[in-house]
Amino acid sequence: MIDLFVLVLAIPLVGGLVLAVAGERTWAPNLNVIASAGTFLASALLTAEIVAGGPRFAFGEAFFIDSMNVFFVTLTAFVGMTTSIFSGPYMRNEREHGKLSAARLRLYKSMFQLFMFTMLAALTTNNLGILWVAMEAATLTTVLLVSLYRTPASLEAAWKYFILCGVGIAQALFGTILLYFAAERVLGETGNALLWTYLVDVKGQLDPTIMALAFIFLLVGYGTKVGLVPLHNWLPDAHAEGPTPVSAVLSGLLLNVALYAILRVKVLADGAIHTSFAGNLMMGFGLLTLVVAAFFLSRQKDIKRMFAYSSIEHMGLITFAFGMGGAVANFAGLLHMTLHSLTKSAIFFAVGHAAQKCGTQVMEDIRGLIRINPLIGWSLMLGTLAILGMPPFGVFASEFMILTHAMKHHPWTTPILLLALGVAFAAIFGKVQPMVFGDTQAKRLPHAPAIVPVFVHLAIVLMLGLWIPPYLTRWFHEAARMLG
Amino acid sequence: MSLSAQLINLFAAVILLLAFAMLAQRRVLTLINLFALQGLTLALSTLVVAFTTGQAHLYGSAALTLVLKAVLLPWILHRLVRRLEVKWDVEPLIKVPTTMLVGIVLVIISFNVALPISQLSSTISRGTLGIALASVMLAFLMMITRSKAIPQVVGFLAMENGLFLAATSATYGMPMVVELGIALDVLVGVIILGVFFFQIRDQFDSLDIRHLERLKEK
Repeated sequence: MIDLFVLVLAIPLVGGLVLAVAGERTWAPNLNVIASAGTFLASALLTAEIVAGGPRFAFGEAFFIDSMNVFFVTLTAFVGMTTSIFSGPYMRNEREHGKLSAARLRLYKSMFQLFMFTMLAALTTNNLGILWVAMEAATLTTVLLVSLYRTPASLEAAWKYFILCGVGIAQALFGTILLYFAAERVLGETGNALLWTYLVDVKGQLDPTIMALAFIFLLVGYGTKVGLVPLHNWLPDAHAEGPTPVSAVLSGLLLNVALYAILRVKVLADGAIHTSFAGNLMMGFGLLTLVVAAFFLSRQKDIKRMFAYSSIEHMGLITFAFGMGGAVANFAGLLHMTLHSLTKSAIFFAVGHAAQKCGTQVMEDIRGLIRINPLIGWSLMLGTLAILGMPPFGVFASEFMILTHAMKHHPWTTPILLLALGVAFAAIFGKVQPMVFGDTQAKRLPHAPAIVPVFVHLAIVLMLGLWIPPYLTRWFHEAARMLG
Repeated sequence: MSLSAQLINLFAAVILLLAFAMLAQRRVLTLINLFALQGLTLALSTLVVAFTTGQAHLYGSAALTLVLKAVLLPWILHRLVRRLEVKWDVEPLIKVPTTMLVGIVLVIISFNVALPISQLSSTISRGTLGIALASVMLAFLMMITRSKAIPQVVGFLAMENGLFLAATSATYGMPMVVELGIALDVLVGVIILGVFFFQIRDQFDSLDIRHLERLKEK
């Protein structure tokens, strides 16, 4: 029997290569969906296997799958699948509007699959050096996607994305070198000194000074990709100027994977330093990110740009939660990451169709979605309510947990958190409300929008707000415990 | 101090000197040649470390550096410059004396940051860690001060050179699989940027990235 894990990595890799070679055929969008669905199926089965049989290695010790990363693998593969379903009609509409040529669609599909591959490899690798390589490769696969429309603004966004993330990731490489240096003194020159499973066993013996320095560099480096303020400048541009499916996966997945890298390193840093240095640093960055992003929200005119800032805001909140640490906060952080991925990608799907319908991304020109297409209107409204943390959606539960935990252990942060969440609510709701309700004269789209993925995502988010299945709770607990 | 240690320090000093030369260089072609020279020096210094310590995989990384950074990347950049017809591009904006002074400050800071780390290290090349960090910082400074796309990319690649030097001086280099991965990323990155340059030039008729400053918060 074929190893399920091999399938998880092989399907997107082969799919991407086939799509690159075959070019834009009539079956290409279907192949894109089939490959993504296959990846999701394989990762779901892999999850079942890990839940039943415990963590395991693959390809010698090169890859390591435990309950923490298998959860991200499933989430990544799931959002990848729904995004590929959404992008079918969306991209066809774009082509009909003359915005994209066949060659660009080919580039889009093959790069999308390769992007999935790099993210899945980053999540499952046991080697922190390879983690760096995969993160950089994830940037490289998306640079040409951000500039897919070849407009001056999209070229500028892609250039910024490349240079800022490149500089950021160079810091992370220096951090990785320092980490290797610290580990080599304990583990010796065996080539195992970057393997996470070895590192986690000896984390108490790593030199605290070097590890503190390494963690700072890694946090700044990967933090650039997470979109932590003040390193966030690339994020709104890349989200606003790239095609919407790319915005959905950047926001829903890439940010998560970068945060995952930070979490892995934090476990090592905590073990070596024995104080809450790493946690405090993350709390500080998280709060700053949350507040700055919340205040930028109200100044936005472009709808995708606004939701990009909302992603920054949520990443700040999640970083803050993991910074606090402990079972409850880690649980809430993981839950919030899941819910944010699902909700934000659903919102981008809805936004994509809405912008297509009205022919613009400027919010003042998008009006009356509920009249032209009630489904798009409602999905944008519900998605917005969900991301703003309205009950009964799941985001409410995770934000509530983060807030109560902060009140108990770090009471001084409570007013800051509440203020930021309040400002964000006012800004986003005030802008989405007239877009959904209001007058309009927009035309029908040539291809019916794919609205199913939006409602599937929102239904899951709703369900997680009302009832979390027991196996999922166990799984979150397990992962939260591993984070310490 | 043994001969090989002196050689390593000499090469490291040359790398730092080249970093400064690149910071002050206005012509694109000369800049690329300086970058190739830096790659060559880096390969030689890695070779000396490999020879002295007998670390087999360091020969591999020395060869990799030589091929990638002294030959392949400069060749790709030269081709790009020819095809994009920016051969005679001169950077008008940089103020050389000011940049040099800032550069010197950066070098002093880097040496201070690197000092505690190199004291913990037991490698023959530990003294060069400060230089490695300094070349990363200088490359970073170069990226900030340039307004043309190709010099920015050269700065980016020079930063990677500095990081590589840091890896060999503190730890005798990263595991081979990681180094191969990094090399692949750098290569693919430069190729993608090459494609990207053509897109930028088609759109703006120039490779001046001051055109790329419209997306801002109002």
